[in-house]
Amino acid sequence: MSAAVGAALPKVELRDVGLRYFGLEGETEALKGISLKVAPGEFVAVIGQSGCGKSTLLSLISGILMPTEGQILVDGAPVAGPSRKVGYMLQQDYLFEWRTILENAVIGAEIQGADMTRARERAAQLLTRYGLGQFMHHLPRQLSGGMRQRVALARTLCTDPDVVLLDEPFSALDSQTRLALADEVAQILRREGKTAILVTHDIGEAVSMAERVIVLSRRPGRVKSDHAIRFGNAGGSRPAPFAARNEPEFNGYFNTLWKELEVHVEG
Amino acid sequence: MSKVDTAAPLASPAAPSPQYLDWLRQERRTQLSIRLAQIALLIAILVLWEVLPRAHIINPLFTSYPSAIWPTFVELLKGTAHQAGILTHTMATLFATVIGFMAAMALGVAIAAALWWWNGLYKVLDPYLVVANAMPKTAFVPIFYIWLGAALSVYGMSLAISLFITILMIYSGFQGIDPNKIKLAQTFGATKGQILTKVVLPGSVPTLIATLKVNAGLSLVGVVVGEFQSANLGLGYLILYGSQILKMNIVMTAITLLALMSSLMYLAIYWLESAVMRRR
Repeated sequence: MSAAVGAALPKVELRDVGLRYFGLEGETEALKGISLKVAPGEFVAVIGQSGCGKSTLLSLISGILMPTEGQILVDGAPVAGPSRKVGYMLQQDYLFEWRTILENAVIGAEIQGADMTRARERAAQLLTRYGLGQFMHHLPRQLSGGMRQRVALARTLCTDPDVVLLDEPFSALDSQTRLALADEVAQILRREGKTAILVTHDIGEAVSMAERVIVLSRRPGRVKSDHAIRFGNAGGSRPAPFAARNEPEFNGYFNTLWKELEVHVEG
Repeated sequence: MSKVDTAAPLASPAAPSPQYLDWLRQERRTQLSIRLAQIALLIAILVLWEVLPRAHIINPLFTSYPSAIWPTFVELLKGTAHQAGILTHTMATLFATVIGFMAAMALGVAIAAALWWWNGLYKVLDPYLVVANAMPKTAFVPIFYIWLGAALSVYGMSLAISLFITILMIYSGFQGIDPNKIKLAQTFGATKGQILTKVVLPGSVPTLIATLKVNAGLSLVGVVVGEFQSANLGLGYLILYGSQILKMNIVMTAITLLALMSSLMYLAIYWLESAVMRRR
C-alpha cells in the first residue's frame, strides 16, 4: 500500500492475519485479514476505536499471542514467540515495586540471560540520558508517572530491540506530561533508528508522531485505510511531534482521520 | 519561607516553623499517651487478677494469682523424678511450634506454587482444600496420636492446623499478581519458571508476611492441642496435668509462658516485616 516500502525487505510484515478468541459462549473474531508492511526505521501509528483489536495486533507482532490465521514476519522470518528483535511498551509502566529503578530497567536483559554488567551499563546510560540518573537506586513509588514511563522506555530499549511496539504508552499520564513525553519518545526512537508501531486512539498523537497512520475498522478489525503523513515545511526532515501540531497540514490529516473513525460510529 | 512550602511534600524549609514544632510535640504526646494506656491496661488486668481472688470475690482455686506465678515458675524449674523442668517443657513447645511453622510455610509455598503452575490441579483440588481448611482439625488429635505416636503427633497437629490456610492464602496472593506484570515479563520471553521466580514470588512477599502472622498463632494452637494428648512433654501437657490435679498455679504459669512465646513470635515477625517492607 505505502510507496515508502519499495523493494527493501520489510522489517515487519503481516500476511492476511486473523485472530479469533474462543470462549464457552462462542468465538469472537478480533482481527481479520490484516496485511501490512512496515519498512525499517518507519514510525507507524495504528488507530481505531476501543475494542477494535489494536492492542491484540501488537501482542501478535510481539509473539506473546499466536494468530489463528495468516503469518507474521519480522526480518522475513516467521514469528514463533517473543523475540529479542521486538520490544514492547505497555499502556502503563508496570514497574516492579520491589526492584530499584536500575533493577527494573535491566529486567529484560536478566530474563533473556544477557551479560548483566553490560546491561547495567546500558541501562544506566539510558536512564541518565532520560534525566533519571540520580534516581537509579530509588524505588518506583518515589517517582512521578512521567518518570516511571521513561523508566519503562529505558527498560524496553535496554535489550536494544530493532522494533518497538507502543501500546498507548501515554494514556495513563496527565495531558501535559503526555505531550512532553510523546515528543521525547518519538525523537529518541527516531534518533536510535528504531522501527516503531504505535497503537493509540488519540488521532493527534498518531498524526504528530508517525509517518504513516493506519486506521482499523471496528471488530473484527481490518485495515480500513493507510495514510502517509507528510509535512512540507520541515524541508524533508520530520518535525518533532510537538512542533508537528503547529504545521499547516496537521489539521487536514486530523480531520480526515476523524471522519474515517466517525464513519464507523454510524456504520 | 512562605506557608506554601508546607504543601510540597519534598520541599522542607530550612528551619522548622514554631507551628511545626508544636505539631510535633502534640504528636509525641499522643504516642506517649497510647503507650501509657496500654501499660495501664496490663496493670489493671494484673491487679484485678490479684485482688479479686484475694478478696474471695472469685474462687482463688480457679484462677491462682499473678504473684504466685514467679514462685511457681522457680519451683517448676527443677523438675522431679517423673516430671521434666518447666524450661524443658517450654523449649519442647517452642521447638515444635517453630518446626511446624516453618514446615507449614515451606510446604504451603511449594503446594501453592504447584497449584499456580498447573491450573488444572488447582481446579481439581479447590473444593477439597476449602473443605479441608474448614474441618475442625482438633478432631484429628486422637487419630494423629495413634498414627504418628506421642512425639510426632504434635508436629502433625501443628502442620494440619496451619497448612491448608497457608496454601489458600498464598495461592490467592499468587492469583492477585497483576497479569500485566506477567505480560511484561512475557514480552521479554520469560519462561514459566522465570515468571514464578521474578514476578510471582517477589510480588507475593506482602502475602507471605501476612501468612506468617496467621501461621505463628495457628502453629502454636496446633502444638498445644497436640500436647494435650502427648505423654509427658510440652506446655500443653503441663496445662492439662495442672488442671487435672487442680493446681491452677501450674496452669497459669504455663499460660503466661505461652503468652510470652506469642509475643516473641509477634516481635520477630514484626521485625522481619519492617526489614522487608523498607524495600517497598
